[in-house]
Amino acid sequence: MVALVMIVGLLGLIFYQGGATFWPGPLVEITTHDGRTFLGEVTRSEDYRLDADTLNKLPPAIAANARALLAAHEGQMRRRLLRTGNFDLTGSEYQWVSDYEVVRETEPLWAVTVERTDWGNCYGVVQGFLVTNELRVKDPARAEVETNDPGTAWNRFQQVHEGVRDKLANEHYFVRLQTRGGSKGDKVYDLPVEEVVLAYPANQLSFGGRFKVYLTRWVEFLTDKPRMANTEGGVLPAIWGTVAMTLLLSLLVVPFGVLAALYLREYARPGPIVSAVRIAINNLAGVPSIVFGVFGLGFFCYLLGGSVDQVFFRDRLPSPTFGTGGLLWASMTLALLTLPVVIVSTEEALAAVPSSMREGSYACGASKWQTIWRIVLPRALPGIMTGMILAMARGAGEVAPLMLVGVLKHAPELPIDGVFPFVHLQRSFMHLGFHIFDVGFQSRNSEAARPMVYTTTFLLIVIIALLNLMAVWLRSRLRRRFQVSHF
Amino acid sequence: MTVPKTDQPAVHLTAPLLQQVSPPSAQPGAIVGLATPASTSKLAAIARGEKVETITHAAVSRETPVLEVLRFNLWYGAKQALHEISLPLPEGKVTALIGPSGCGKSTLLRSVNRMNDLIDTVRIQGDMKLHGDSIYHPAVDVIELRKRMGMVFQKPNPFPMSIYENVVYPLRVDGERDRRLLDETAERCLRGAALWDEVKDRLHESALALSGGQQQRVCIARAIAGDPEVLLLDEPCSALDPIATNKIEELIQELKGAYTILIVTHNMQQAARTSDYTAFMYMGYVIEYGPTADLFVNPHVKETQDYITGRFG
Ligand SMILES: Nc1ncnc2c1ncn2[C@@H]1O[C@H](COP(=O)(O)OP(=O)(O)OP(=O)(O)O)[C@@H](O)[C@H]1O
Ligand SMILES: [Mg+2]
Repeated sequence: MVALVMIVGLLGLIFYQGGATFWPGPLVEITTHDGRTFLGEVTRSEDYRLDADTLNKLPPAIAANARALLAAHEGQMRRRLLRTGNFDLTGSEYQWVSDYEVVRETEPLWAVTVERTDWGNCYGVVQGFLVTNELRVKDPARAEVETNDPGTAWNRFQQVHEGVRDKLANEHYFVRLQTRGGSKGDKVYDLPVEEVVLAYPANQLSFGGRFKVYLTRWVEFLTDKPRMANTEGGVLPAIWGTVAMTLLLSLLVVPFGVLAALYLREYARPGPIVSAVRIAINNLAGVPSIVFGVFGLGFFCYLLGGSVDQVFFRDRLPSPTFGTGGLLWASMTLALLTLPVVIVSTEEALAAVPSSMREGSYACGASKWQTIWRIVLPRALPGIMTGMILAMARGAGEVAPLMLVGVLKHAPELPIDGVFPFVHLQRSFMHLGFHIFDVGFQSRNSEAARPMVYTTTFLLIVIIALLNLMAVWLRSRLRRRFQVSHF
Repeated sequence: MTVPKTDQPAVHLTAPLLQQVSPPSAQPGAIVGLATPASTSKLAAIARGEKVETITHAAVSRETPVLEVLRFNLWYGAKQALHEISLPLPEGKVTALIGPSGCGKSTLLRSVNRMNDLIDTVRIQGDMKLHGDSIYHPAVDVIELRKRMGMVFQKPNPFPMSIYENVVYPLRVDGERDRRLLDETAERCLRGAALWDEVKDRLHESALALSGGQQQRVCIARAIAGDPEVLLLDEPCSALDPIATNKIEELIQELKGAYTILIVTHNMQQAARTSDYTAFMYMGYVIEYGPTADLFVNPHVKETQDYITGRFG
């Protein structure tokens, strides 16, 4: 019961937070009592206790306002976290604003949210549209201002944005934005259209418009490579890495696990050695996964991979290099890690095949191998598939050993491409699990990374669920097939 | 499709064959109170651990035996389950094995096609001969041997595949790929098992979806698909309703002549109706063996009469 509540709660939180990340919120412009102005998107709000010291230092009118707010709100003060973006201009990305500080709050009609290729988001109010023949606007006075009307400027932006990102033109376009820098001061910033990934006037969007932006951002997330130290852009390489590694791992672990279980259950004579092997397998399941990582690095990467390099690719190093971490070695390491699961469930599935069926087969003059191949294995297949599903679920979520055997923070090259031999199993790869760790805890700005952590977690869970569903579907198909006919 | 003998659990043959050796310990003492002392001199002797000779009617020796059991003994670990069994099974006839539960009927049946090899603790002594070929000689290929017999178990045990594949399974393990031959065999055996009309439209559906009686008839069809010399039936009707039982009894009548049949049954009427010869077993001994009519009407041994008339067991 507790477990159910916890699972539902956790999934609910992740789905809510992950699902909400890409929803475009309105932009507010807030002026505080000390004259600073901020423009940004409210990301969250919370209540806190305002200490008396701060309160006493405030100008009397503001202090009175603050006291009134406190009284109305049971002694709590609300504050909101604004994502103000413009990191390149202000050196900060987020700003807390308490309610008592606010003297003016508006939602400017032409405030726009801009996702850029560099420096993260930009927020500003459209003022005009410029054309120059230089890459940057060095002297705003010399630039040719096309229009000073926000509506016209926005239309021009939309016209040129589509084509401009890829081609090199002599003309460079800029959107003139009024930005708000808080204590750093407000600036007029000429935003190069080339740098814009996605822009929308957040306060003018209808619900449908917001939904379109939401979908566009999801598509970008799923199909793009990461930008900005993984905090921006998409996770396509990580999705690829996760899926490829999981599939490869199940391809490796199932034959080995099934053979091992077959030997243990059907061929080995019960005795101290078999018992010892069983105990060893069960203990293998309890070994911390990082130990497998160390083993994988030492054995697969250095020993096996090193030998492969020496023997086959001596003259061609460093491409390909097998002697470092890579997709193949990572899958092998995880296959080793999940082997006990497959062995144990296969053994159980084999034991569950009624002995009457085996006897029936023997009585028909079948040999032991024929009986196993034609009767026992098909009958045990659903159980074996269950083992595979468990192994996949465990393997796809494992991160620690991967850090040693091939996962990188940034490896935009996919393991499959158009270059011979098309599948590059020796390449390092990205993994959603590691991505979560990297974005959440290793990035410059944890506040900016937070939504990405939720979204990536959400994605990881969905992908694992999809992989499992696929395996379950395959299992039911096989089950039906082996009930009906045989090979 | 021969497999090295190492594949099979070892059978411990005590050389030389047919030599009588007293069992390590065979004192089944718990059965003493089963019958009244006056009527059970023979049973009491067995209970005391003494040897009891099989009373074999003279009519048996006039038949040509297809399968001969020759002073066969079998132990499960230290416990002896079969004692000095000697039975000649007449060709093309139905022989019934009757006797109280646990007396070793299934064990004897399973010894004929060496299914007991699968049990590690089993040890045997003595031999059986199928058409003069030894069954328990160390050089015998068990798999080839089993192909010469068909077996139907007490509980229907169809394989998890289609009806068709179930029936042609003995041919499949022989590596038969000729579609026409397989189809013919399937039809012939399903007709033989009186099942063809019921399943001819659903041959490729799972055999597990059939009723218990139909499943048992699939197993019978499977048992005759390999064209066996001997058919071993271990209580084939115990899980079936009277109608299915009837069908299978009719089937046995039809199959006899073409096949030599050894059937285990608890049902006296069934034994009387279907069999030509009957062997009465008790505690691992065959007490009496003779033509069914004689055995049921005027048994030579009093214990047989008691058992048949239901006065003990
Ligand atoms: N696998 C085994 N291991 C040990 N003892 C066994 C085994 N199978 C049978 N026995 C014993 O051998 C004896 C004969 O068993 P068997 O199954 O042949 O009896 P049965 O005559 O077929 O009885 P039923 O009519 O109930 O089927 C029994 O005492 C039984 O406990
Ligand atoms: Mg039995």
